Amino acid sequence: MQEKYALELLEMGKRVDGRKFEEYREIKIEKGPVQKAEGSAIASIGKTKVAAGVKIELGEPFPDAPNEGILIVNCEFSPVASPEFEAGPPGEDAIELARIVDRTLRESKCIQLDKLTVSQDKVFIVFVDLHVLNDHGNLLDTSALAAVAALSVTRLPKVEDGQIKRGEYTGNLPLVYKPVVVSVCKACSKFLVDPDLEEEDVVESKLSIGVRDDGKICAMQKQGTGTLKFEDVGKMLDLAILKSKELRNFLA
Amino acid sequence: MNNKNIQLLVNGKRIDGRLPEQLRPIEMKVGVLSRADGSAEVRFGNTIALAAAYGPRELFPRFLQEEETGILRVRYAMVPFSVDERKSPGSDRRSIELSKVMRLALEPAMFLEDFPKATIDVFVDIIQADGSTRVTGINAASLALASAGVHMKDLVAACSVGKINNTLVVDLNGIEDNNSESDMAVAMMPSKNEITLLQMDGELDKEEILTLLNFARENCKKIYELQKQVLKEKYKEGE
Repeated sequence: MQEKYALELLEMGKRVDGRKFEEYREIKIEKGPVQKAEGSAIASIGKTKVAAGVKIELGEPFPDAPNEGILIVNCEFSPVASPEFEAGPPGEDAIELARIVDRTLRESKCIQLDKLTVSQDKVFIVFVDLHVLNDHGNLLDTSALAAVAALSVTRLPKVEDGQIKRGEYTGNLPLVYKPVVVSVCKACSKFLVDPDLEEEDVVESKLSIGVRDDGKICAMQKQGTGTLKFEDVGKMLDLAILKSKELRNFLA
Repeated sequence: MNNKNIQLLVNGKRIDGRLPEQLRPIEMKVGVLSRADGSAEVRFGNTIALAAAYGPRELFPRFLQEEETGILRVRYAMVPFSVDERKSPGSDRRSIELSKVMRLALEPAMFLEDFPKATIDVFVDIIQADGSTRVTGINAASLALASAGVHMKDLVAACSVGKINNTLVVDLNGIEDNNSESDMAVAMMPSKNEITLLQMDGELDKEEILTLLNFARENCKKIYELQKQVLKEKYKEGE
């Protein structure tokens, strides 16, 4: 029923909550809510809420990148966030979300991984864990905001005798960019951003676009069961680049 | 995606001798498996994808059935000996994501609403991986579905594009893929001119993305012709 209503409204050029098509819901970012983590943040877009925590551990570098730290992104769709989420290992949607955030962070080169070596054979491993607290639509954009917000307040732990000394820090994580993800949705031949829960069900296809501070695109992923026309992509990129500046303001 | 120092282009030629906008040699066969309802093997250079399609068949357990529509299930897997370092069998995060995006790449071409409570299953095994495995797999999956006699709106054709040594190229091989500045996978329904899969990572500006999309479209159309040809040949044989 809700779905039909959302669809009828979109056809008339309106949205359920009266927003403009290119308008996000209210965005809020809380930095550092979890002191146990080396960095943390809770991002909310409307009622959607995602916590990101950064934990840093010591480990061996990958053989093909001996002088670089390691970035690992995980996502958990906790059952607290939606009646549709089940406890257990992450499903394909959680895995896809984590991997898109991972690619956005990695390909934007926002973290200077080459500054994360600790000794000859030890590097810092940066774990970014995304924990969905409330799913009310547009989890991906919210998760990417939470991840970068958490990274922006992440401190590097002190290492003593080859071990991390928890609670003592030597400096900040070297973060040189703040990439954001803007998911541009297509419904009824119109483009919109930040779908609410009801709208998400009527969106035919979605192009999630990772945008760096300098406007470079670092990741894209088409989602949804619909298709895109070739001429759509340029328009979706323009909208994503435009909105990315606005989202990044919340990370300042 | 990190080492840009590797020389991938010399005098305008790629390490396997190709020009930037040139596909590798492509081979396609359909009906290669006797137990599957439809099957295909597709080779892009050294990359080999084998696809089997089953169905429409009744979906079990029953609680997974949809009253009003059938479902499509796709599983992508790299076999253990398909890569340099043995890949342990079973699904990992990458293959779970790829299975999902491949399903979404094929679904727009299907009439799933014609098969309530049923499933159509497609299994794609990568026998040898030398870059562009997901798109090779999509080409094989689409042929397997068509050769199973499943009614389709269009075939799905796919190819990869990307940027190596600051040059935009088509159909990345393994070494290019590992050392690219950017890569992008595109699938489309060529006669409808609609994109069903679009994934990109790296560092590109808008104009580069649009140029690469055009490369992908042109080459998907070439691949589409090969797909139609191999199906027609097979159909003649069966008469």
